[in-house]
Amino acid sequence: MSLSLIIRREFTAKVRNKSFIVMTFLSPLLMVGMAVLIGYLTSVNKDEATKIAIHDEAGLLKSDLKNSEETTYTDLSGLPLAVAKKQAAENYEGLVYIPKSIGVKDLATKVDYISSDSPDIDIVDDIETAINDKLTKNNLKELGFDYDKIEKAKTKSDVHLSTFSGVETFKEASLLKIIVGGGCGYLIMMFIIIYGNMVMRSVIEEKTNRIIEIIISSVKPFKLMMGKIIGTSMAGILQFIIWTILGLVLFFVLGSIFNVQMGAPTQPMAGEASKQAMEGVQLYIAELWKLPLLSIFFGFIVYFIGGYFLYSSIYAAIGAAVDSETDSQQFLLPIILPLMLGVYVGFFTVIDDPHGTVATVFSMIPLTSPIVMLMRIPFGVPLWQLIVSVVILFGTFFFVVWFASKIYRIGILMYGKKPTYKEIFKWLKY
Amino acid sequence: MTPILEVRNVVKQYGDYTALNNVSLKVPKGSIYGLLGPNGAGKTSLIRIINQITMPDKGEILLGGEKLSQKHISEIGYMPEERGLYKSMKVGEQALYLAQLKGLSKKEAKAQLDYWFERLEIQGWWNKKIQELSKGMAQKIQFVVTVLHKPKLLIFDEPFSGFDPVNANLIKDEILNLRDNGTTIIFSTHRMESVEEMCDDIALIHESNKLIEGPLHDVKKQYRSNTFEVGIAPANIEQFFAHMSLNTRYVSTKANFKTLDDELKLQITLPQGTTPRELLSYLVQQGDVTYFVEKIPSVNDIFIQTVSKK
Repeated sequence: MSLSLIIRREFTAKVRNKSFIVMTFLSPLLMVGMAVLIGYLTSVNKDEATKIAIHDEAGLLKSDLKNSEETTYTDLSGLPLAVAKKQAAENYEGLVYIPKSIGVKDLATKVDYISSDSPDIDIVDDIETAINDKLTKNNLKELGFDYDKIEKAKTKSDVHLSTFSGVETFKEASLLKIIVGGGCGYLIMMFIIIYGNMVMRSVIEEKTNRIIEIIISSVKPFKLMMGKIIGTSMAGILQFIIWTILGLVLFFVLGSIFNVQMGAPTQPMAGEASKQAMEGVQLYIAELWKLPLLSIFFGFIVYFIGGYFLYSSIYAAIGAAVDSETDSQQFLLPIILPLMLGVYVGFFTVIDDPHGTVATVFSMIPLTSPIVMLMRIPFGVPLWQLIVSVVILFGTFFFVVWFASKIYRIGILMYGKKPTYKEIFKWLKY
Repeated sequence: MTPILEVRNVVKQYGDYTALNNVSLKVPKGSIYGLLGPNGAGKTSLIRIINQITMPDKGEILLGGEKLSQKHISEIGYMPEERGLYKSMKVGEQALYLAQLKGLSKKEAKAQLDYWFERLEIQGWWNKKIQELSKGMAQKIQFVVTVLHKPKLLIFDEPFSGFDPVNANLIKDEILNLRDNGTTIIFSTHRMESVEEMCDDIALIHESNKLIEGPLHDVKKQYRSNTFEVGIAPANIEQFFAHMSLNTRYVSTKANFKTLDDELKLQITLPQGTTPRELLSYLVQQGDVTYFVEKIPSVNDIFIQTVSKK
């Protein structure tokens, strides 16, 4: 009875808050806007080709360095070296210098690249590839092979991909899974931090408002804490559901736009290129549908609830222990660390091997499992692993809530001093 | 009369610090009970235990003869010293919420709220947020929230601190009215004038121990010092003092009280074995007696005397 009252109050207090409404409807727009902006800025950044100078009097390499969209090479071999250097320093990104006296074989070790700042890795790669190609060709020739024939003999294969359940797929699907999984893991981290902070702030608010004593003369502190956590989580789930719906709507709108254009009479020339691009998009959309979307959705809800409950009870205990938000900083670090660890471990190991040992272990540890497991779900996780991970998560949750409620019970009535870890530990024994 | 609240041998410790040392109290039904003590004496600790905010380490509490339990929460109303409400919640919603937490149905809560809002003439505040109200206004709401669920026992921790005189008077009248309707009220305070004015019974807690308890009247009797304030107009003041010190064991000091004439004002303490009548008949022989009143110890005197003796 009183628990549902508290839940309802916390929920309405959160949902009615202006920032909740703004966050819910504005942040998806912001996300899309950011993506567009970043895409645009990247294209602007790469607009101009990098200009590189070459000084190669013997002509060993200059014909092998081909201009591309990203880089243009200019031959300054006609100028004396000192002049060329000066010119390159003023007008070019860098200078490739091949000493006159060396032989072809020395190219492997004797080529210099001089630039004013540390060089772009792509450019160095470019130059090295050109040298390698040249030397390989040279070696083959010496060994008596015909390079052109070898080139012709090379084939390009295309393995047809499908799953045992008979679903066709394509190579880029893994990329899609990484994006979806990584996005979900990241989102869950953000949710835990945002909503955990909300719980903490609400505890601090009751403490500084001094209403806390009135409330706990009516209900047990444990009930108040749970009511707060549950009420706030419901606001979080509501927000996630709204985002999912908005996402689906956006998805269908985009899908139908592309379909309509596909059906329209094809324009010559430009039509061909855009048709290809659209086929790509269609392929991605089709692949997206093949992901275990339902598992991802429910996985998100379950892991959000578990992870959020786990963390927010700690947040609640911290809120109870301190008098103001500024005092909470020192206690927040130990919370943020495992979350960050989860995200980084997820990004590095799950992408590398979604079912590797590290990824599997971290998807079991309750402090990181909500993030890491969610990143793994798009790749397909055995059911038993999901069950074990969820059981561990909720088991830990009960333990941590018990622990946090003890701190909470004492902390909410303590005013005026910033507690130390030692003192909080003492409260556990009261 | 059977006490509505009985505190039996309650001990509360925080680490090494003893907040309450074997404290026992009996609060009679329908009285206004003053719980006195200097800051840090243990009053708030005791009140929190009665409100089941914290648990005693030893001892027990009986409410209406039953051991205190969860179901008694709705029978107690508590206004803590540090007051507060949700700043950004509307007055009406907030009061409904707090009343429902105390176990009232929404309908009952609404009816009670209407009654109190009308009584205190604050009907227009329903949709205001606390942050839009003045401090005095917020305190009225605080009072309403405390009494809304018609508790049998009301506990006020420093009820008048922060109230302006008009509001303090209003609240005082409401408290007396509640008492007359059968509610028992516990006052925790160190404002002695309000104790003197309102309390039927008192208890004094000092350094975690209960030192005094009983009806205010009895406590005062216990602390009477056989001192009388006397106004007298003797023919010759010097002769009067000389005669008194030679022939009697009365000890007199200058007193300060208000009368209409310019007589000599004294405070005379009776030595063991003498009666007021003997003093009066002696005085009458020395001159015109215009004033003769037993000096009744004020709660303030008792408080200071007890606390500083320890």
